[in-house]
Amino acid sequence: MTLTKADLADLLFEQVGLNKREAKDMVEAFFEEVRTALETGDSVKLSGFGNFELRKKSERPGRNPKTGEEIPITARRVVTFHASQKLKSRVEEHYASTV
Amino acid sequence: MTKSELINLLAERFPQLVVKDAELSVKAILDAMTDNLSTGERIEIRGFGSFSLNYRPPRLGRNPKTGSKVQVPAKHVPHFKAGKELRDRVDSAT
Repeated sequence: MTLTKADLADLLFEQVGLNKREAKDMVEAFFEEVRTALETGDSVKLSGFGNFELRKKSERPGRNPKTGEEIPITARRVVTFHASQKLKSRVEEHYASTV
Repeated sequence: MTKSELINLLAERFPQLVVKDAELSVKAILDAMTDNLSTGERIEIRGFGSFSLNYRPPRLGRNPKTGSKVQVPAKHVPHFKAGKELRDRVDSAT
């Protein structure tokens, strides 16, 4: 099952004891603070989980895959995520035990 | 921004809660995301982005020191795709 904001809010209600309203607002605020930091050009480092960083991409040639027409992909700033060593090894452990 | 800075910002947003609640909330959110991803389940946060695992097939690599060939086993690596709102806000701010 895919994890969503509603699932996270339920967890805060059950595990932290926030009321339903606070739990929903807290989840929303969590992601909003991360978005705001990234928007202002600040990277976000969540130890044990991973880092969100910003990369500047310069313009490069692209193509409309449908028509084959050449159109430039404009310069832009994008977010990249790098999983922490802990998250990577948790993933590895799970698959190592299932294979 | 670090995890403790995030906790402080959230504590300021919720003056009715104690800082400990913000701290426990951040921990609970990150733990749940880690648990889900590590069992191969997706995370979808509308307006923020989605996390999933990408499969890397086994390949023949080389030990850069000795030059000898080594079999690199298949693995799964975490992948993040930014959602539309995050993409637009990060790009338009430049």
